[in-house]
Amino acid sequence: METAFTSPADVTSALARTGYLADEALSTITFLASRLSRPVLLEGEPGTGKTALAEALAEALDLRLIRLQCYEGIDATQALYDWDFPRQILHLRAVEAVTHEAGADGDARALEQELFDERFLLARPVLEALRAAPCVLLVDEIDRADDEFEAFLLEVLSTWQVTIPELGTISAATPPLVVLTSNRTRELHDALKRRCLYHWIDHPGLARELEIVRSRLPEVPEALAEQVVTAVQRLRASGELIKPPGVAETLDWARALEAVGATRLDTEVAAATLGAALKYREDSERVRGALDKLLTA
Amino acid sequence: MTPAPGTPTEATEQPAEAPPEAWLLGFARALRSAGLSVTADRERTFLVATAAVGVGQRSGVYWAGRATLTSVPADFPVYDEVFERWFGTEEVRRGSHVDVVRPPVRQAPLGGEAEGQDASAGDTIEARASATEVLRHRDLATLSAAERAAAARLFDALDPRSPRRRARRHVRSRSGAVDGPATLREQLRRMGEPGRIRYRRRGVRARRVVLLIDVSGSMSPYADSLLRLAHAYVRRCDHVEVFTMGTRLTHVTRALRERDPDRALAAAGRVVPDWSGGTRLGDSIGAFLDRWGRRGMARGAVVVVFSDGWERDGPEVLGEQMRRLAGLAHRVVWSNPHRGKAGYEPVQQGIVAALPYVDHFVAGHSLAAFEELIEVVARA
Repeated sequence: METAFTSPADVTSALARTGYLADEALSTITFLASRLSRPVLLEGEPGTGKTALAEALAEALDLRLIRLQCYEGIDATQALYDWDFPRQILHLRAVEAVTHEAGADGDARALEQELFDERFLLARPVLEALRAAPCVLLVDEIDRADDEFEAFLLEVLSTWQVTIPELGTISAATPPLVVLTSNRTRELHDALKRRCLYHWIDHPGLARELEIVRSRLPEVPEALAEQVVTAVQRLRASGELIKPPGVAETLDWARALEAVGATRLDTEVAAATLGAALKYREDSERVRGALDKLLTA
Repeated sequence: MTPAPGTPTEATEQPAEAPPEAWLLGFARALRSAGLSVTADRERTFLVATAAVGVGQRSGVYWAGRATLTSVPADFPVYDEVFERWFGTEEVRRGSHVDVVRPPVRQAPLGGEAEGQDASAGDTIEARASATEVLRHRDLATLSAAERAAAARLFDALDPRSPRRRARRHVRSRSGAVDGPATLREQLRRMGEPGRIRYRRRGVRARRVVLLIDVSGSMSPYADSLLRLAHAYVRRCDHVEVFTMGTRLTHVTRALRERDPDRALAAAGRVVPDWSGGTRLGDSIGAFLDRWGRRGMARGAVVVVFSDGWERDGPEVLGEQMRRLAGLAHRVVWSNPHRGKAGYEPVQQGIVAALPYVDHFVAGHSLAAFEELIEVVARA
């Protein structure tokens, strides 16, 4: 499992088998990431398949996917490791009880060694990924975390190792495949960007999106899929919406329509199921007002 | 042997003659001279990446270069242009350009109101302190060039502070909630013997501050001072973002990171395309919310709008966008230079539409007013 991919085209076909349709750019970058052991930094609008790439990669390579969801205030104990204090205490009590009964006196040093043992270590996603490598590590929405966390992550991503004072250094035999995603709520630090391969994912064009719907939802009738994708593409192009629907919304909408048993998209079903594609009141009001235009034009 | 940037003919005709590394490095250098931040380690990664995809692969080289040498969508157009010059216009299916607010760079006049050389500025020599005191309360729009320079130095004395918010992380404290892990750790040290109980409480962190500065024609006498204030914020506080609003919205935080105020202002001047133009206040705030605000920048932040409320379009748009802004932000502060003047009534349609969604409506015409504003923001 050294380098699983032999060429960008190989990436495309491997991902396609899992239902993820990557274009040439994304395949090339994914190929480079696995070849050069560099993390991929994906930016783009929400719903363009940034997270899905990591999932598809894991499936395609048959590797474990380890996910680290970032949030404001996340720190090393949530990303790296923590000691399981309650279990350590329990262990201590147990040892105490045993030595008391046996009448032997405990060796404090040895006991302490025992306490900071691998089995009391709670491995959080990053450490887990280093130990489980080869695997796919998804660091989702890195822009939500703070700057300090970014710096910490940079260190791990460049050395592929982590030092635990009580245990020593743990390093990955083969670096995990790392995918970072960002919604660009803030600029990431340049140092982190330099470390990564950068790619901006766009919304797919009509033909590609249709292909995605077909491959993901084969049960949706062809004509319906085409109508849904056309409508979504128009919504995106209009540029009036607060939150234009992403691919995930397209799939949701197609699924919803299929669930209510629609075979084609008319104003009535569209109005009833619009909530699957649009998540803001202002947006759905605006679109509802001009539904017939959206569907016929 | 490296072809100079801008002379692509040699490279396109005879790429095989020069060693590929030199030729690729030349491309990276050309990108650097075109303004991308191409560092030596990036060059190296680029070479390794192109080797991995194969140098003969035109589109492979294109994507490998784009992944390793660019870092924001705004870099893409520049990248494409240089790529075309360097490798010729032969067929490459390139990525679409992302529509990012990157206005054409243009030099804008900055603080250049070298108006009526005030001879009187030099000849009345009063006690320095009181002159400073007077300057602090003067309307910044009416200063002469000399006074403006003196006032610029006073901006150093401003002390912007971030508002605070409760952090997720806890800090050790003498009272508050029991800190389980710390207490247990303490016990561990005693071999499990119960001991002192540790407490913790939530820490505090700097809350984000977003400054939206109107640089349209009616605000132009204040634009220079407002950017100086913004520069002070960017330099002194963490988590500050600055935008200018005119006919379009421009993100100027990066430009203002420069340590020296005058250079920072010049840098901001270069990225802002619409000095002293019209105002589309509502649309600008809307653009801010769509592109940055809703995704997180405005959430829980203190947002300060510097504007006189003159709106070219109708007030409905502004009212609607202010409603959205108020829904996301922790506090909305509106600073209006005219507020500090005698007899001012908030009657401009824009202001009337916006006021219901504003938490603090303050002045913003003098240094003293800025000090008050700083206080309001710090306590928000």
